[in-house]
Amino acid sequence: MSSETKQILTTDGIPLEVSLKKAERKNKIKAFLLVAPLLFFLIITYVFPIGDMLFRSVDDKMVTQMLPKTFKAMENWDGQDLPDEEVFAAFHEDFIKLVEDKREGKLSTQLNYTKNGFKSIIKKLRRASKKFEEGNYKEQIMSVHKRWADVEYWRAIQRRAPEFTGQKYLKGMDMYVNEEGKIVSVEEDRRIHRVLWLRTLEIAFFVTVFCFLMAYPIAHLLATLPMKYSNLLMICVLLPFWTSLLVRTASWMILLQQQGIVNDFFVGIGLVADDNRPEMMYNKTGSYVAMTQILLPFMVLPLYSVMKTISPSLMRAGKSLGGTPFIAFWKVYFPLTIPGIGAGCLLVFILAIGYYITPALVGGASGTLISNQIAFHMKSTLDWSFASAMGLMLLSGVLVIYWLYNKIVGIDNIKLG
Amino acid sequence: MTSKKDFVKFDQVDKSYDGKVLVVKDLQLDIAEGEFITMLGPSGSGKTTCLMMLAGFETPTNGEIYLDGKAISSIPPHKRGIGMVFQNYALFPHMTVYENLAFPLRVRKIPKDEADKKIDKALSMVSLQGFAARMPGQLSGGQQQRVAVARSLVFDPQLVLMDEPLGALDKNLRESMQYEIKHIHESIGVTVVYVTHDQSEALTMSNRIAVFNDGKVQQLSSPDELYEKPVNSFVAEFIGENNTFGGEVSDISGGKCKVKLGNAEILANPISVKGKGERTTVSLRPERALINPSTKMDNLHKGKIEEVIYHGDHTRLRINLLGNPEFILKVPNSSSNLDIKLGNEINIGWNSDDARALDPK
Repeated sequence: MSSETKQILTTDGIPLEVSLKKAERKNKIKAFLLVAPLLFFLIITYVFPIGDMLFRSVDDKMVTQMLPKTFKAMENWDGQDLPDEEVFAAFHEDFIKLVEDKREGKLSTQLNYTKNGFKSIIKKLRRASKKFEEGNYKEQIMSVHKRWADVEYWRAIQRRAPEFTGQKYLKGMDMYVNEEGKIVSVEEDRRIHRVLWLRTLEIAFFVTVFCFLMAYPIAHLLATLPMKYSNLLMICVLLPFWTSLLVRTASWMILLQQQGIVNDFFVGIGLVADDNRPEMMYNKTGSYVAMTQILLPFMVLPLYSVMKTISPSLMRAGKSLGGTPFIAFWKVYFPLTIPGIGAGCLLVFILAIGYYITPALVGGASGTLISNQIAFHMKSTLDWSFASAMGLMLLSGVLVIYWLYNKIVGIDNIKLG
Repeated sequence: MTSKKDFVKFDQVDKSYDGKVLVVKDLQLDIAEGEFITMLGPSGSGKTTCLMMLAGFETPTNGEIYLDGKAISSIPPHKRGIGMVFQNYALFPHMTVYENLAFPLRVRKIPKDEADKKIDKALSMVSLQGFAARMPGQLSGGQQQRVAVARSLVFDPQLVLMDEPLGALDKNLRESMQYEIKHIHESIGVTVVYVTHDQSEALTMSNRIAVFNDGKVQQLSSPDELYEKPVNSFVAEFIGENNTFGGEVSDISGGKCKVKLGNAEILANPISVKGKGERTTVSLRPERALINPSTKMDNLHKGKIEEVIYHGDHTRLRINLLGNPEFILKVPNSSSNLDIKLGNEINIGWNSDDARALDPK
């Protein structure tokens, strides 16, 4: 009897557990099929590109594969004096192969990233190598150019031996591995990335602050006004949202330029002299103004959705219990809006930190951000691995902020709408 | 104890929101110290508006409100020192019960040990000791309600306003909370102004009830008087159950009047009728009419039973009587000897004193 009571059977004799699983499996498959398109889409458009970006930023196989024998021979070299004949012979062999494949130009570009001066000596070597005699390659190569006799250049080649490298990340922080293998900063006047990082953080921070200061009263008004007015106001908030980003940025250019509407107005009311119009564009001011305006809805909407849920009787309760309007606001209303503030600030900050078009158009030289630098390397220098490295640094910066937010406020406290 | 008769005084208060319609019309109301007064009325009758004006969240369009002899229209809510219990409790969801109760004490800068004593007292008053560290979201509806009551009393206000505080609770909880609030009122002697649209709540709790309709106080009196002696047909209709006869006064003399209903005539108590020929609505409570009365009653008519509804402790009969097919009669279920069957004709009697001839509907 006891064995029968252990297993409950359905009316057609199948164990209950089995038939339950069978019944649920259909639903599970259905549910999976429903999300499958999005899942694949995410994998293809998100996971894969980011993975590729991560790979690209550390990938240094190109040189490794171009000079396999050289690096093999270099394993026994201590790097103090010039390498032995063995290394030179291996290098010559690799080089001849590259010349046959017409790939020596790529090698020169790659080596030039590591140390300036490779381009010309590789060109010279290509021409000279045609007349090389067999044996004693050390002498022959060194005679092509005096840099080939410089141990620094051989060390530079050796530094490209590993398949993976973090040097792009160092470069993003204005640092590099010097000849002794130590991580050092570049000279003061060549540090451009640190300034950009700091400026990006600064602009993102202040844009967030400005957005918060402006959005809070608007969101409060939206949440408390009667429906017919709040709808109108909501449309006013959302209207820029529905307008093309480029159009909005362009209209800021019209407004802010030196002969623009804002300047005309200032001159008109006598605030500034006609021959001394302030520059409000192609600098930080331009980035601040345009980005604040463009990102404002991202702050208003989460705040609004939180404020909408706060019963007006709470403020009344605060006042009836003896709190002044300020105390009622500060002790009762404000703490309840923190989830919205967190969501809005996080959203605006993350968007601002990676902002591209607006600073590119109105930021000028002093108002561009790190994303503009990434774009520059993507499009102009074609140093994609460096662009990838900076992109990942940006991404990890955002993740750190997200993590900090989670530690301080708690991510389940967030409310996006 | 000498209590002031007009601790709270509404003096010719008008209120309009849009400049077109008066929500409160010429309100004249005195509330004595220590009294439990209920504003009762259908929604939109202006009762909540009156409460909000008293609390300071709305300003009277005209007239003045006095609290303890002082005009308060220009005093902001937080300086009035009036406790208030809101419809949906309005507990601060991000604070514990303790912090909720400490809020009014902190803003009054009451030292912590004294505040703790007050909070303990208030929590024990609503029997919620040991709940101080909970968040409001962790409490049931009834417990939240009790915290709200405790919070409105913790700073010892002389006046507490309650705006439909039990509206969101289920029936059983509502009833027990009614008694609880009533006992708290009795034990600390605070003046309470209570707003509700639930007449049984008003009848069980209040010293006096102000029935609101159409922005006016229709009647202000004790619960029993309100029920037994409504002064107009709105109050008669609104409070409790009511049988009505619409007719015309045919004779009025010696504290009694004759009312002609079609082809019959009944005797009634003239309340708001003055002379012959006036239209009137006669109101009679269901329990005042008896079947086959053993004592002599000056109204005795035959009616036909149209419907019998069993209610457990009593049975309700719908009777077609004198042209009114909706005449309701309550019969206690102990009297099983009566001949109650659908379609039977029965004799129904009542005293003319209980049949109140009021204004026509």
